[in-house]
Amino acid sequence: MRTRQAIALLALVGFFVALYLWLHQIGVGGELKCGTGGCETVQASRWSQQFGIPVAFYGVVGYAAILAVALVSLQPAWLERRGPTLLIAALATGGVLFSAWLTYLELFVIHAICRWCVTSAVIIAAIWIVALYALRTTHHAPPVRTPAPRTGP
Amino acid sequence: MKRFYLMLGVLTLALGAMLVYLLKNNPSAPRAANEAPAAVVDDGFRGYTLGSDSAPVEVTEYGDFECPACAGFAVIQMPTIKEQLITTGKLRWRYRDYPLPMHPYSRLAAHTAQCAGEQGGGKFWEMHDQLFMNHSWAQTGKNPTGLFRDFARAIGLDLARYDACMESGRYAARIEFSKQEGEQRLVNGTPTFFINGTLYTEKNNSDAFKAAINSAAAARRR
Repeated sequence: MRTRQAIALLALVGFFVALYLWLHQIGVGGELKCGTGGCETVQASRWSQQFGIPVAFYGVVGYAAILAVALVSLQPAWLERRGPTLLIAALATGGVLFSAWLTYLELFVIHAICRWCVTSAVIIAAIWIVALYALRTTHHAPPVRTPAPRTGP
Repeated sequence: MKRFYLMLGVLTLALGAMLVYLLKNNPSAPRAANEAPAAVVDDGFRGYTLGSDSAPVEVTEYGDFECPACAGFAVIQMPTIKEQLITTGKLRWRYRDYPLPMHPYSRLAAHTAQCAGEQGGGKFWEMHDQLFMNHSWAQTGKNPTGLFRDFARAIGLDLARYDACMESGRYAARIEFSKQEGEQRLVNGTPTFFINGTLYTEKNNSDAFKAAINSAAAARRR
């Protein structure tokens, strides 16, 4: 349960980071707050959109999905089930791979680092690690055994 | 469990408040750098040049950093012109600012390039390339002040000097002078080129330029 709570809190933070980047990309607000510089360069690069959709929007949807699954998995009916943890681990694996590719682009193609993107990469990596840990430590709920009916004299 | 939901609620409120703060606390583009000045003074400056001082032909370009056609020319044609004409000593290129009124940030971009230029070492041309090669800023309509500062950092400018230059609008009058000079020469769009002082009206591609420049060089020899 603790691991799912941790995942929910991390996903909430990640959701707001991605939301900030997405709102900036669609023109809400203005200049990105970026003490180290590089955020605007990354956000203005051609890599900041994939299939015509701002990359940050994928983050908004991904974190929202992880948050939703984590919250549902905390309901009593789902607490003992392994399925939600598996789903979170699968979503986080996709997120980690996507973040790794974006970080590679920042370092070796765009030559600029956006600290908000790095923050998001760290958060999704943390979710992934916690989800893997939860998978190792949680097991299938034992089947409920009903006593066999007594027969004979 | 109650403690968890309380924590989740508090965190949501805190992050929401932070988001609103980040979106609202938005500095605008430095006005002095992005607006036409009240008075125009001729400081004797006539544009940054690229190429040999003894080149027989000079092209003067009146350009606007926010103009897509200027960016297209800088990205597609200019590398060939540089390689075949400028570095071979046949041509000198002069850039003059002609910020068009319908572009909200073209004066800011021109000022960014001037502030880079004052730091010497060919920084004007490095900034010129940054502004044109990463031209998506001109399509978003968003305030590019932070992006231009990123460019300044990327080309190794002294950022304190750059910031002071931008904040003071030091070159706003110079840019306006260049614009008025263009108007006097009947420039009515960008990019507009003059080859040895004569308006160039052929196609804006490197082959046509090469032919025109060879012909201007031949005319000078006669």
